[in-house]
Amino acid sequence: MTLALAAVVAVLFAVGTYLLLQRTLTRVVLGLAIMGHGANLLLQLAGGRAGQPPVVEEGGGTAIVGSAGGAGFVDPLPQALALTAIVISFGMTAYLLAMAYRSWVMHRSDEVEDDVEDRRIARKATTADAAGDGR
Amino acid sequence: MIVLPIAVPLVAAALSLLLSRWRTAQRAISVLTCVAVVVLATVILFEADANTAIVSQLGGWPAPFGITLIADRFAAIMLLISSIMTVVVLVYALGQLDDEREFRLHFHPVYLVLSAGISASFLTGDLFNLFVAFEVMLIASYVLITLGATRGQIRAGMTYVVINLLASTLFVAAVAFIYAATGTVNMAQLAIRLAELPDGLRTALGYLLLVVFGVKAGIFPLFFWLPDSYPAAPAPVTALFAGLLTKVGVYTLIRTQTLLFPPGGGSSQVILIIAGATMLIGVLGAIAQNDIKRILSFHIISQIGYMIFGLGLFTLAGIAGAVYYIVHHIVVKTSLFLVGGMIETASGSGTLRNLGGVARRAPVLGLLFLTAAFSLAGLPPFSGFVAKLALIQEGLDLQRGGIVAVSLLVSLLTLFSMTKIWGGAFWGKPQDVKGVIDGTERPLTMKLNPLMLGATTVLVGLSVVISVAATPLYALSERAAETLVDRQPYIEAVLGPDQVALP
Repeated sequence: MTLALAAVVAVLFAVGTYLLLQRTLTRVVLGLAIMGHGANLLLQLAGGRAGQPPVVEEGGGTAIVGSAGGAGFVDPLPQALALTAIVISFGMTAYLLAMAYRSWVMHRSDEVEDDVEDRRIARKATTADAAGDGR
Repeated sequence: MIVLPIAVPLVAAALSLLLSRWRTAQRAISVLTCVAVVVLATVILFEADANTAIVSQLGGWPAPFGITLIADRFAAIMLLISSIMTVVVLVYALGQLDDEREFRLHFHPVYLVLSAGISASFLTGDLFNLFVAFEVMLIASYVLITLGATRGQIRAGMTYVVINLLASTLFVAAVAFIYAATGTVNMAQLAIRLAELPDGLRTALGYLLLVVFGVKAGIFPLFFWLPDSYPAAPAPVTALFAGLLTKVGVYTLIRTQTLLFPPGGGSSQVILIIAGATMLIGVLGAIAQNDIKRILSFHIISQIGYMIFGLGLFTLAGIAGAVYYIVHHIVVKTSLFLVGGMIETASGSGTLRNLGGVARRAPVLGLLFLTAAFSLAGLPPFSGFVAKLALIQEGLDLQRGGIVAVSLLVSLLTLFSMTKIWGGAFWGKPQDVKGVIDGTERPLTMKLNPLMLGATTVLVGLSVVISVAATPLYALSERAAETLVDRQPYIEAVLGPDQVALP
């Protein structure tokens, strides 16, 4: 089970990385979201094996934070951490989508624009070529 | 008490949002809150200095289970200097921002949230809480960097947001790995448990965190997003980001590398090589630029190399030098950006080709710029000289000739690129974007906003104070470095007296 989850995390990170390297903004946003899922799943894995819900009943045992499934209970802390991380990445994805939409509204293209510096150097290269052709 | 620098700005941000129809009230809330945080930070610094560290367990949960807030001397110093910056930049912003950006786009609440996030990053003693603090700070910074949403801002902001989100995702992954290996996210307990791990595993976790915080701090080779995205924001926002945000990255880098992953005796070769490369690449990038904000942005990278240099030496004097350097750098860098912003506001352009004669049009700007620029380059008697002297002396004592040579060369190149701004913007015929203003004897004086000028003057004055009061400040930095090198006081303050970390 843990091995299967680890493989899922690996696939999520791989897919996320691939999408992140694309030029289209929507794919970049999707890539970040998928990588975020991979990281959250990794947090779950960090809690150790599956077990009983960490609810202490009358006369039952005690759930110990950080004991990685000791006494048959699931470690509750990674789940709390993952919840926090999910909420944060939800907000961030919403903001990214808003920015991607704004970019679309402004110049009708869904692609990441070139860096200012890249454009400057590209322009220099073309003018140098043109000067070379003229000779 | 140490929860207040986080809680007060957050409550004020909510209040500010509620009162968004009353502009004067919004301004008053922002100014009062930022001043209150300065007062709180001063009290915290004095108390932390007297007692080594002050600790607060949120919600009354005992140390390894709940979230710990801790202000040791280093955190308290950073808290004070960053809160002073937020006040000064706020006053500047009141003079610079137009009504549209300041009120309709809710500058004030976002600014207060940013301030809360920065305080939280300094004060937290919990690795996952550090991630949350980072996100609070970053989401505010995403809004501020795209304030106004012009085309250039969206392009530059996209790079900034995507890179930082990627680093945050890596951070979550790093926390997961560390938790899986140790079963805790409390930093004091991590300091003890990480020492018990096998060497290879510990090194891997250490480098993972180095990459995560390296992206935020802008060290070589992870800096490329910085010089492209910072100049796009409005001037006061760029100044605050330049002064503070990368330094939060440097702070966490120093905190985690000293507390969690101390190199077993001696300097860290890897960090020193990164430091040298960061310094050199940053300054070479600055020389190639011809826009004030872009030149200054590349300088941030180069200066971060010096701080990492102090961390890499890993001795008391080295880290004390780094702490002093950070304080000096925050003040000087912010004031340079504020001067640059004033030139840009008054002339309509920040490109050197379009500028000229600022020294004749506004001599006071020339004076402010020169003081800060000389300080950045490290000319005596300015504050940069004291900071660099401390680092270079310790580097020579440890026989690290290579990195010392690089840092001296970089100082020279820094001075060179500052003369480039001076020659391009301050000398020459008085002109602005429309061309030469006039060739007659009396050049037009620049219209300078009194709030902007006042804020910048106070900041440059502060940098002079830092160099005049170098002795007590350096002594404070040394005391801060003591608790960083010897981790025992930090661990005892959080977990109680009977906990011992392996050396």
